[in-house]
Amino acid sequence: MTSVLRKDVEAERSLDRSAVSVSGVSKVFGRGSTAVHALDNVSLDVAPGEFVCLVGASGCGKSTMLSLVAGLDEPTAGTIAVAGGANPALMFQEPALFPWLTVGGNVGLPLRLRKVPRQERAARVAELLGTVHLSEFGRRRPHELSGGMRQRVALARTLALDTPVLLMDEPFGALDAMTRDILHDEIERIWRERQLTVLFVTHNVREAARLGDRIVLLSSRPGRVVWERRVDVPRPRRIDSPEIAAIAAEVTDRLRQEVRRHGR
Amino acid sequence: MAVESTESIPGGSNAGGSNAVESKALEARVVDTGGRQLGSEFSGLDALDLAGRRSGRTRAARLWAGTWPKVLALALVVALWQVVVWSGWRPDYVLPGPRPVFTELGRLSTTSHLWSALGTTMRRALIGFAAAGVIGFLLGVASARIPPLRAAIGSMITALQTMPSIAWFPLAILLFKLSENAIFFVVILGAAPSIANGVMAGVDYVPPLLLRAGRNIGAKGIGLYRFVIAPASLPYIVAGLKQGWAFAWRSLMAGELLVSIANRPSLGFSLEASRQLNDAVGLLAYMIVILILGLLVDNVFGRVDHAVRVRWGITAKR
Repeated sequence: MTSVLRKDVEAERSLDRSAVSVSGVSKVFGRGSTAVHALDNVSLDVAPGEFVCLVGASGCGKSTMLSLVAGLDEPTAGTIAVAGGANPALMFQEPALFPWLTVGGNVGLPLRLRKVPRQERAARVAELLGTVHLSEFGRRRPHELSGGMRQRVALARTLALDTPVLLMDEPFGALDAMTRDILHDEIERIWRERQLTVLFVTHNVREAARLGDRIVLLSSRPGRVVWERRVDVPRPRRIDSPEIAAIAAEVTDRLRQEVRRHGR
Repeated sequence: MAVESTESIPGGSNAGGSNAVESKALEARVVDTGGRQLGSEFSGLDALDLAGRRSGRTRAARLWAGTWPKVLALALVVALWQVVVWSGWRPDYVLPGPRPVFTELGRLSTTSHLWSALGTTMRRALIGFAAAGVIGFLLGVASARIPPLRAAIGSMITALQTMPSIAWFPLAILLFKLSENAIFFVVILGAAPSIANGVMAGVDYVPPLLLRAGRNIGAKGIGLYRFVIAPASLPYIVAGLKQGWAFAWRSLMAGELLVSIANRPSLGFSLEASRQLNDAVGLLAYMIVILILGLLVDNVFGRVDHAVRVRWGITAKR
């Protein structure tokens, strides 16, 4: 009991400097000989306002990590602290919109669950839809929109949670390159305007170099933080600029090294 | 509109100190990343994405496309019936043609007998189906929440569904005598399993991703049921109700043929009475009433089912 308490105090203290503080976190699925060590003693601090991209080969526990930070799952060991108290907003690879609600209804549901009065809710929903350039689509149903538009609705819905930390699990992975490129500008703008802290999972190293202040590489089975790098390219950035390409190449090399380790 | 707000947020009223300098710099960046461009790029992309998604058919065309096959089918059936009658396969007093039957139907529709029979049957159908709905819903929810109950009820439901409802009647008559309760008993036994099944399937097939999304945006406990699980399972529940109705209607008709209660005419009772009186014309007229009623209710369920599926994005609009 006392040790748990002490750990919490430590986690609190580490929040003085960081918006997300993950320390010594392990996650094991299953038991005995069939147990899978998804994460092994992972520590990661994300500073307030920082944009951190988490990259890694498949099976490195990137998504597990986000689930843990989002509070959808409990770590087997270690502590996680997030600024703002409540569980941070999480955006998935699929839009995960509720098909029975309109676009506006989806965006407003987090507010409804927080018992925000109707009028205030309508104003917030209008504002959020404006933010993602979907003001005219509030009354449509999700299935009437394109994939990119749905993902923007999902983004507006996560913003409605008003958490200072935003977790994104390969949010643009299923979109075409053009749409993704525009959405990169968009998420960058929203991150700046709202002074969010973003923890962004991707397997696309160019995307990581385009968006991140810092790139963190996770190894696979078990997932560990093996390497990280700052991205000092000034913004606005372009995904096809030589600086970004160079950094992406460096990350790719490091990632291949990691993959080769599993070859034997 | 969205573009203007993009630019006005960082600049504007935020004057004084280093903050203003910072926000100026921010403004410059935002405009650089294409604050103005971004909005028009989005609307351009959205327009391209959504182009050609709407069907060009008018309402009248769609209505006609939905109606003519049914009209044709009806005409074919009536024609076939008339041909069989003309062939002289059975004498007129056993198998009358469409004309006397429809004339009789017209006459019946002006009598109170038909309407009170219709009323009795519909009342029984509604009460029986509503009771089956409540029981099926409770069973479904309970077994979706409590795993051991689920294993037991699951196999019980499968067993119940293989049992033809008419086979329950002898027991029902022993238990409840020749009363409406005997009919309700069998109607409920026929319909409740399908409804429970629908509820269970609905709760089972709530996409895990929607559950995670729901929990992430702050739905827990009852809220998760109300805002995520219940609406997500609605299409399955409606399908269960639709199937449950089909069972209820068949059980009810069987029941009304077997359990005849004096002084309370129903459709099934009138059918059986016509046979006993060798009134073939009346018998066929009642059969048509039963058919029309079944089709109407089925149509209502079909519409609700379709509306839910369209709203949920499972089926495209017709």
